[in-house]
Amino acid sequence: MTRHAPATARDIAVVAFAQTDHRRTSDDLSEVEMLMPVLHEVLDLTGLRTADIGFTCSGSSDYLAGRAFSFTLALDGVGAWPPISESHVEMDGAWALYEAWTKLLTGDADTALVYAYGKSSPGPLRDVLTRQLDPYYVAPLWPDSVALAALQAQALIDAGDTDESALAAIAARSRSDATANPHAQLRGPVPQGAPLVRPLRTGDCPPIGDGAAAVILAAGERARELCARPAWIRGVDHRIEAHSLGVRDLTDSPSARLAAERAGAFERPVDTAELHAPFTSQEVVLRKALRLDDAVRVNPSGGALAANPVMAAGLVRIGEAAARIHRGDSDRALAHATSGPCLQQNLVAVLEGDPR
Amino acid sequence: MPEVLKAPLVVEFPFTRSLGPVQSAFLTGLRERVVLGVKTRDGRTLVPPVEYDPVTAEEIRDLVEVAPTGTVTTWAWNHEPRRDQPLDTPFAWVLVRLDGADTALLHALDAPGPDSVHTGMRVRVRWAQERAGAITDIACFEPYDGEPAEPAGHSGEFDDAVTGIVAAARLDYTYSPGRAQSAYINALSDRRTVGERCPSCRKVYVPPRGACPTCGVATSEQVEVGPGGTVTTFCVVNIKAKNLDIEVPYVYAHIALDGAGLALHGRIGGIPYDQVRMGLRVEPVWTEGARYPDHYRPTGEPDADYDTYKELP
Amino acid sequence: MSKEPVAVVGIGQTKHVSARRDVSIAGLVREAARRALDDAELTWADVDAVVIGKAPDFFEGVMMPELYLADALGAVGKPMLRVHTAGSVGGSTALVAASLVAARVHGTVLTLAFEKQSESNAMWGLSLPIPFQQPLLAGAGGFFAPHVRAYMRRSGAPDTIGSLVAYKDRRNALKNPYAHLHEHDITLEKVQASPMLWDPIRYSETCPSSDGACAMILTDRAGAARSPRPPAWMHGGAMRSEPTLFAGKDAVSPQAGKDCAADVYRQAGISDPRRDIDAVEMYVPFSWYEPMWLENLGFAAEGEGWKLTEAGATELDGDLPVNMSGGVLSTNPIGASGMIRFAEAALQVRGQAGEHQVDGARRALGHAYGGGSQFFSMWLVGAAPPQT
Repeated sequence: MTRHAPATARDIAVVAFAQTDHRRTSDDLSEVEMLMPVLHEVLDLTGLRTADIGFTCSGSSDYLAGRAFSFTLALDGVGAWPPISESHVEMDGAWALYEAWTKLLTGDADTALVYAYGKSSPGPLRDVLTRQLDPYYVAPLWPDSVALAALQAQALIDAGDTDESALAAIAARSRSDATANPHAQLRGPVPQGAPLVRPLRTGDCPPIGDGAAAVILAAGERARELCARPAWIRGVDHRIEAHSLGVRDLTDSPSARLAAERAGAFERPVDTAELHAPFTSQEVVLRKALRLDDAVRVNPSGGALAANPVMAAGLVRIGEAAARIHRGDSDRALAHATSGPCLQQNLVAVLEGDPR
Repeated sequence: MPEVLKAPLVVEFPFTRSLGPVQSAFLTGLRERVVLGVKTRDGRTLVPPVEYDPVTAEEIRDLVEVAPTGTVTTWAWNHEPRRDQPLDTPFAWVLVRLDGADTALLHALDAPGPDSVHTGMRVRVRWAQERAGAITDIACFEPYDGEPAEPAGHSGEFDDAVTGIVAAARLDYTYSPGRAQSAYINALSDRRTVGERCPSCRKVYVPPRGACPTCGVATSEQVEVGPGGTVTTFCVVNIKAKNLDIEVPYVYAHIALDGAGLALHGRIGGIPYDQVRMGLRVEPVWTEGARYPDHYRPTGEPDADYDTYKELP
Repeated sequence: MSKEPVAVVGIGQTKHVSARRDVSIAGLVREAARRALDDAELTWADVDAVVIGKAPDFFEGVMMPELYLADALGAVGKPMLRVHTAGSVGGSTALVAASLVAARVHGTVLTLAFEKQSESNAMWGLSLPIPFQQPLLAGAGGFFAPHVRAYMRRSGAPDTIGSLVAYKDRRNALKNPYAHLHEHDITLEKVQASPMLWDPIRYSETCPSSDGACAMILTDRAGAARSPRPPAWMHGGAMRSEPTLFAGKDAVSPQAGKDCAADVYRQAGISDPRRDIDAVEMYVPFSWYEPMWLENLGFAAEGEGWKLTEAGATELDGDLPVNMSGGVLSTNPIGASGMIRFAEAALQVRGQAGEHQVDGARRALGHAYGGGSQFFSMWLVGAAPPQT
C-alpha cells in the first residue's frame, strides 16, 4: 500500500514555528513561565489569537517534571477561556502534531496550535528514562539511556556500519551547523571528551537541557493566508517496534523505514532532513533506514546533538524543517521524531513548499 | 528580584507488581538457578520469556529451560556505575544470547576492563547469594571459557512460585517553583499574602502562577491581599489523612482573601466545626516557623452576603 | 469533505477488582483488548493502529508504559498513540482513535484505557511532596466535597439526594458482571448510615479504587458492514478544556462541560437532550455529581437536576437512565473510567448491555471529565448510522 494521506484529504501545512533558547537549566522559571513566550511568539507570527485556534494539542511528561498532571498548569499559558477544544499526549510534541493533523483532516478545525515542553534539568534524566523500560526484567537494573544507546553504537561498530571517528565527525558537523542556530545549547567546537559509556563519548551524547516549542498548523487556503510559503505536510506516519532490545536488530530501524514509506518519503528525494537522533550513532541508523545519501542536508539546525529538550525535541525537528521551507531554504524536507529506548518508536513527516 | 527558590523533591515508592504466569515462572526459576525461555509457535525461544510474541502478538506460554551460559551480542563499558545499577564497580552492560535461546537478555558483565570484553565472548550467569525471585537474582554475568552448560529440561512448574515483585524506585529531583511562586512564597515568610494582577482582565491571582490562565498573559504587578477573607465553601473532614497531625473532625474551607480573584484552601479553627458556614469571615493564624497559616479563625465580623462570594471559586 | 462515519464494533472490559494479582500490566490490558477483538470477530492483523490512554504514569511507576505494552497490544509495526488528559483520558482516548477513522487515516483502530491502581497508591501519586506547597489537607474527597456543598447551597437540594444516587448505582452494578463493587445486601439505609467522610460526602457515596481496562474497536463504514453484531455509530464527539483554577470559575457547573455538550448535541442534531437521549453514562466519582452533571449537560435547568434524581428519572427503569453499569461509583480504574462510560453507552445502543440494558435505547451519551473539573470529553452514539 502506498497511500500516505487519505485520498480525499485536505492540504494541511505548518505555518509557524517558535522555540525557546534551549538551556542547561531554566530553574528561574516555572514550566508555564518557560512556555508562554513561545506560545505568544508563534501566535504573533500568524496574527492569530487563542480564540481563533480550532484545536490545541500538547506533549509533555509527568516523569520529567516529577509531578502528576504537570501539563494541567502549562495550560495556563494558553489562556483557555472561553473553553477550548484541547488534548494532550504523554509523548513528544511530534505526536501531538500528529493528533492535530488528524483533527484538521476531519474538517473539525482549520487551525491548530501544537506545543511541547520539557525540563530535563530537575531530575537525573538518565535515570528517569529507565522508568520507560520493561518494569519486571529491565527497569530494576536501572540501565540508563546512555548505556542503551552505547549498546546500539557497539552493535553498529561490530556490523561495520560506523566507527568512533565517523561518530565524532557527526558530532562535529552537528555542533558546527548549530553555530547558525541561535536557540541551540551546544554550538561550535565541542571536544569529543572521555568515554561516557564506551563506545560513546560525551561528544556523542546530547546536551541535557530545558526548552519548549510550538507550531501552528492550518488547512487549505487558511494556510496561505497565514504564511507566505506554507510547509505542506505531504505525509506523516509513525510506527513502533517491539520493546525488548534483545529481540530487535539494533543496527536497523524498520519502524522508521515503514513510517517514511507510509509518509511518502521515498517517492521523490528530499533536499533536507531533520533527524531526531540524540546520539551520533542513531544518525547512522536513521540515515540507512531513511535512505538519505550525501546529497541530503541532514540536521542543518544542529539536531538533537545541539539541543535536546526531551518531549519537545521531536516537534522541534518538524518545526526546523518547516522553517527552512518557509524561508525558501528547502523545497522538500523530511522531519523525524523518536521515542523510547534505542529508537523504539519513530515518526516521519514529509514537508514541501509550493514551487518557486 | 529576590532569588528564585529551589528544594529537593524525592519521588519514591515501592511498587507492587503482579507478574502473570510467564514472568512468574521466569523469576521463580532464577530463584532456583534455572533459566527459562518461552517458545513461539514458529519455534523460536525467547529469553527472557515474554507473554506475547513480539512478531505475531500471539499469547505464548510454552516454557523451556535454557543454559546459564551464552554469548555476548553487544556490550558497552560503564565507567561510572550509577545508583541502583547491578554492580558498584565499573562493568560492561551486555546483551547475552544464552545457549538455546534466539534472543538476548540485558544485564551486567563483571570484567576487569573494557579491553577484556568483546562481542562474541562467552559468559555465564553469576547467581546472587540471596535470591528472591527477581531479575537481580542474576547478580551479573562473568567471563566463561567452558562448554555450553546443558539445561536439565525443567518444566517451568514450581512449588511456591513468586507471583509478584516489589520494585522500589527512587528519583531525586530539584524542584523550582519559578519566578511568580517564588515571590509569593518569599512574601509568606513575612506573613504577607501577595498575589499578582493580570494586566488584561485585572483579576488578582493568589497564589500567582506566572500566567493569567484565562488571558494567557504574564502577571507581574504584585498586590497584597487579605489578611481577612470569606469562607466561600467547605467540607468537614472526618477521616485522618496520612502524614497529617490534625485532630478530626475539622473544617477544610475555600477562603477568598479580601482583594483576591479566587479562593485558596485552608483549615478553619477557633470555632466548633459544626458552626462553620459559607460566608463566615476569617483571618489567618500563624505559628512560629511555618510557611503557611496554621489555620484561619473567625474575625467576628458579620457574615458576608452570598452574592459577594458566590462567584469566587 | 465529509468525515468518515465511525462505528464501534467491538467492546471488551476486564472484571474490575481492587487488585488483579494474577496478571501483569500487559496481561491486564491484553484481556480487555482480546475481548474487544473477539466481540468484533477480528484478529490482531485486522487492527491498523492502537490508541491508548491512562492517568498519570506515577500510578504504576512506569513512564510512558505504551512503549512496554506495544507487544501485548499487537502494535509492533503499527502506529501507537498515548493520550493523557487527566480523568477525562478514557473518553479523550476514544475520541482521538475516532478521529483517525473519521479522517480516513486508518480503517480499524483499537483503543484502550487502563489503570492498575494496585501497583501503587493513587493518593501517593496525586500528592507527591512538592516543596513549598501547602500539603493537601483533606484527601481526594476533600477536593470535591466543598463543590458539592456549593451545589447544595445553590440548588437547595435536600441532603438525601447523594444517597439516592449511590443506592441506585450500586444496585445497577449488581446487573453488570464487570463492575467492581457487587454489594448484594445494599440498602438505602446502609448508604445513609455509612460514615460521613468529608461532610457532605459519605463513604458509600465515593468511588472505589480499581484495577481494570476497557477496549473498543472503532472502524469505518466498510468495517461496520462486516461486523457480526450491531455496531454503535458515533453521532458526535467533542473535548473541551478550561484552566485549572481561575477567577470566575464555576466549579459546580463548568463552562467547558456546557460547551462540550452543546458541541456534541449540535453534531448529533439533538435539540432537547432530555427527550432525544435514551440513556447516559456520566462520570460520577462522588454521588452528588449526578445532579450537578444533569444540569451541566442540559438535562435539567440550573438548580433542578436533583429533582430528576429524586423523582427516579435516572433509575434503570426511569425515563432518563443514568449509569446503568453502576458507574464510576461502582468501578474506578481511573484512566479507564472515561472509556468505560463511552463503551457502556455504545453497549446500550448495540443492545448488548445484558441485564443492565435499557429497552430500546437508540441514542446514548458517554461523558468523562477530569483535572479540576476542567477537562471534558463526550460522545453521543446511536443505533442507526449518522445522517451524512
